[in-house]
Amino acid sequence: MELVCIVCPNGCRLDVEQRDGRVFVVGNKCKRGADFATAELTNPMRSVTSLVKTTVRGYPVISVKTDGEIPKSKIFQLMKLCDEITVSQPLPIGSVVASGVLGTDVNLVTTTNMEIANE
Amino acid sequence: MKYDVAVIGGGPAGLAAAIKASEGGASVLLIEREARLGGILKQCIHDGFGVVRFGEKLSGPEYAYRFIERLKAANVQVSLFSFVTSAVKLSDTYKITYVCKDGVKYAECSKIILATGCRERTRNGISIHGDRCAGVYTAGAAQNLVNILGVMPGKRIVILGSGDIGLIMARRLTLEGAKVVGVYEAKSTPSGLTRNIHQCLHDFDIPLYLSKTVTRVFGQSRLEKVEISDVDERMRSIAGTEQLVDCDCLVLAVGLIPENELARTLNVPLNKATKGATVDQNCQTLVDGIYACGNALHVNDLVDYVSESGEIAGAHVTLQKTERNLLPITTEGKLLYVVPQMLDTNSDFGNVVMYFRASEELTNQRLTVTACGETIFSKTYAKLLPPEMERITVDFGKARALGELTVRLEDK
Ligand SMILES: Cc1cc2nc3c(=O)[nH]c(=O)nc-3n(C[C@H](O)[C@H](O)[C@H](O)COP(=O)(O)OP(=O)(O)OC[C@H]3O[C@@H](n4cnc5c(N)ncnc54)[C@H](O)[C@@H]3O)c2cc1C
Repeated sequence: MELVCIVCPNGCRLDVEQRDGRVFVVGNKCKRGADFATAELTNPMRSVTSLVKTTVRGYPVISVKTDGEIPKSKIFQLMKLCDEITVSQPLPIGSVVASGVLGTDVNLVTTTNMEIANE
Repeated sequence: MKYDVAVIGGGPAGLAAAIKASEGGASVLLIEREARLGGILKQCIHDGFGVVRFGEKLSGPEYAYRFIERLKAANVQVSLFSFVTSAVKLSDTYKITYVCKDGVKYAECSKIILATGCRERTRNGISIHGDRCAGVYTAGAAQNLVNILGVMPGKRIVILGSGDIGLIMARRLTLEGAKVVGVYEAKSTPSGLTRNIHQCLHDFDIPLYLSKTVTRVFGQSRLEKVEISDVDERMRSIAGTEQLVDCDCLVLAVGLIPENELARTLNVPLNKATKGATVDQNCQTLVDGIYACGNALHVNDLVDYVSESGEIAGAHVTLQKTERNLLPITTEGKLLYVVPQMLDTNSDFGNVVMYFRASEELTNQRLTVTACGETIFSKTYAKLLPPEMERITVDFGKARALGELTVRLEDK
């Protein structure tokens, strides 16, 4: 089976084979490619970036990311969770807005530094 | 006020240039038209930035933040909400006019760094006919609506253009609850990174249609449908292949063009291939004291190289002005362009950073740089793709004689 590694912009083309319950990978430039292929066949994982609302002036929404990977199948559940969050004060970049999301040990953290608008 | 350097544009190129110039001892004014620094990165909330520079996959705002923090520590005067309307040469300085909250203001500086980024091609730029209805957006405008303002541009969306920006918007709009009916691409191969085809389209079952384009839009006041036609290999639509697709929003991700309004008013010669200024290895344009970097110079796919070009310009502005001796660098073979297009032999030419793009998809290529016929650099490439810019560093000091300079791409 052919896969494209999405870990970094190199986008290595991977040739993946599953034999005796083990995954064999060629074409990866680094170890992360092998890990990616294995996960892709067993339990695909994704980092997700999105937004949450805020009531802070100048920031109708603020960008967030998962600080690790979550199962691909839970992406839309995560989007629902994002919809439910409202930030009500200026937060520095990297602030946790939800911890341990969807039963994982992954947190949702902000990726924009909210500065008080000088408008 | 009088400054050594005025940097126009507060995106990654301008930030890097301002920091570098200030660290080199120059007094710097950074002028940005928006409310916040960071340029286009503010709205690029997806990750994948900084892999070359930081070895990490940062989101756009996180990448920008690292430079904004360094800028705060540097002694740079920042003017936000300030739009530069013109720059003119006085006897040996430049006078910059900008509009800000206090009205029209002027600044005088010895040197200018243009870091104004790029523009998106619009509906007019690709001649889509039909009604003048609401609901047609460029990808950047749609991205700004969603990621900065928190507003959706539509519910049923057609995306034209399969470059990375189109792909990333397809995923973003899907995640926010819109139905992306399809991504349409006039070329026979997708333009974006394979990685993005996979994680933006395949992950969400968004169809990609190749060799097809939007030829007409329909809608009373709001977009109701678009006409899609097949195109031939020369990208001309084929009559009789039209089909209608219902949608309330068309997102155009059909290319970027360096923003060079100010370069024009300063009589800076532009390059046909890059649509940015012609520059030497220090990012100095053919007009002494005017520099260009980032997407204003040529459209980059990696922000890491945008910052790098800003740093090259920012480092050079702090040096004493010297008379330049410019040699043209000519290109041969299937090269779309090479930047820089000139070599100043009166300044350092030891480790010249050069960027190039192939003009078509190629395999087994050799790139050589020659000076008076003597090869001073050579590298082979298994595969070259026009959407992926390549970077090399060339030591022109190796050349016995610096005369005719050529960059050639040929079959291995
Ligand atoms: C949708 C999208 C996705 C991308 N994805 C990636 C990715 O995954 N990885 C990656 O490495 N790169 C990516 N890039 C590319 C990267 O973001 C850009 O190459 C980079 O941001 C360009 O930086 P810049 O400083 O040249 O221009 P910009 O970021 O556009 O900054 C230019 C600034 O100049 C200001 N300005 C312009 N004219 C004036 C004027 N007259 N007066 C005052 N201010 C002015 C503008 O307001 C703006 O802030 C992406 C780009 C886009 C658009």
